[in-house]
Amino acid sequence: MPSITFIHPDGRNERVEAEAGTSAMVSAVTHGVDGILAECGGNAMCATCHVYVEESWLDRLPAMEEAEDALLDGAAAERLPNSRLSCQIKMAGELDGLVLRLPGRQT
Amino acid sequence: MSELGSPALPSASSAVGGRSVISHLDLDPFAIEFFEDPYPAQQALREAGPIVFLDKWNVHGVARYAEVYAVLNDPATFCSSRGVGLSDFKKETPWRPPSLILEADPPAHARTRAVLSKVLSPAVMKQIRDGFTAAAEAKIDELLQRRNIDAIADMAEAYPLSVFPDAVGLKPEGREHLLPYASVVFNAFGPPNELRQTAIERSMPHQAYVAEQCQRHNLVAGGFGAGIHACVDSGEINEAEAPLLVRSLLSAGLDTTVNGIGAAIYCLARFPEELERLRRDPTLARNAFEEAVRFESPVQTFFRTTTREVEIGGFGIGEGEKVLMFLGAANRDPRRWEDPDRYDITRKTSGHVGFGSGIHMCAGQLVARLEGEALLAALARKVASIAITGAVKRRYNNTLRGLESLPVELVPA
Repeated sequence: MPSITFIHPDGRNERVEAEAGTSAMVSAVTHGVDGILAECGGNAMCATCHVYVEESWLDRLPAMEEAEDALLDGAAAERLPNSRLSCQIKMAGELDGLVLRLPGRQT
Repeated sequence: MSELGSPALPSASSAVGGRSVISHLDLDPFAIEFFEDPYPAQQALREAGPIVFLDKWNVHGVARYAEVYAVLNDPATFCSSRGVGLSDFKKETPWRPPSLILEADPPAHARTRAVLSKVLSPAVMKQIRDGFTAAAEAKIDELLQRRNIDAIADMAEAYPLSVFPDAVGLKPEGREHLLPYASVVFNAFGPPNELRQTAIERSMPHQAYVAEQCQRHNLVAGGFGAGIHACVDSGEINEAEAPLLVRSLLSAGLDTTVNGIGAAIYCLARFPEELERLRRDPTLARNAFEEAVRFESPVQTFFRTTTREVEIGGFGIGEGEKVLMFLGAANRDPRRWEDPDRYDITRKTSGHVGFGSGIHMCAGQLVARLEGEALLAALARKVASIAITGAVKRRYNNTLRGLESLPVELVPA
């Protein structure tokens, strides 16, 4: 199973095992990682599962679709070039070790 | 009424002659008795199997979380274009022109959905947030002056009415039609019972008002309605489509939040320890609202129609069959939720189906959450207690769950 490390704004790390085929958001919610709200449940409709992707991983992620791009403009925390919605990051073996930083706020 | 039957005793077993058959239940989920106390019947629906058949209305139903979620997320098999009520648009003429978004399937749905997503986006919410928050503070201040109020009329209805019609850009005149119109829309998804028939018979003046307000010249610049019409200029939709998309806001944007906010206040009044937790940490306001949407499920049910033969939970059903999804039952399914009958404002609510799920998930969910959060945050800071002071009266609607009256005394903090 691919693992994901979530880094909280205070520097605390949380490493979770993700089920291949599910999203990084689902892994976070399933393991009770605070800081991922996912109010819409993964339908790309709310922008409350915002993460900053560690630069070295950015190019290996699936491309961003228009809806995600538009939603990120309204994210509560500042949008950065490495901003993504974790519900749109589908986990697979090649993403084992993925590092995602959590923003200070989601709403 | 005797229509409810005996929910604890499904009238057919699930294994006859070694072959699995769908359990038949004779309860009526659109009867007054069900509305008064849906929980024993919802439990019976869940326990009778992954799919059930309701003899009263000749329709299949799903009440467990997994099946409700699966149906919501497979729009190719479970379509919306044949209506999301009991009436099959392939066999009956709809009571009004079909919605271009709610009652549409892919690929047509994607285009109209994109327009509403843009008009109701997180970026737009940032712009209206301060205004909604100020209105919520003012409303709570005003109600604390009066102290004894009806939390439905004076708060759950009054607050959304003070912000949403302005956000849409509606004229001040005629707004008294908005709640009655929405009530018709949500009654009309139900079966041809008295609630539905009466609602449609009396709907003409409300329909006329709504049709007129959807026109471009009646919508104030800067509002959601004008934003939809602006998408005609950019070529995303045509001139005939814009008024019908504005209609979606007026159908689904007000009564739903009224019942969502009403649910939250009713929860906080019944569970004072949760109000206490909210008062200690007002940042829980948004989740306290979300949890109320899960707990009460203001939108109780929707239908889909099968486009092919399909299996649900091992049981086959044919093409062209209506499937009734019990969102409220799914939101209290113990297979999915720990201690589902407890209102817990710190629960991880992600995944509840109170706003639906999949491509048709509520387009206005961000507005609803903004309203809920703003009002509950103001309440958390200003109100010490909410005491129920009189008879709690339920409002009956084929789809919406909520109260007619909730007399309370608000004690200032």
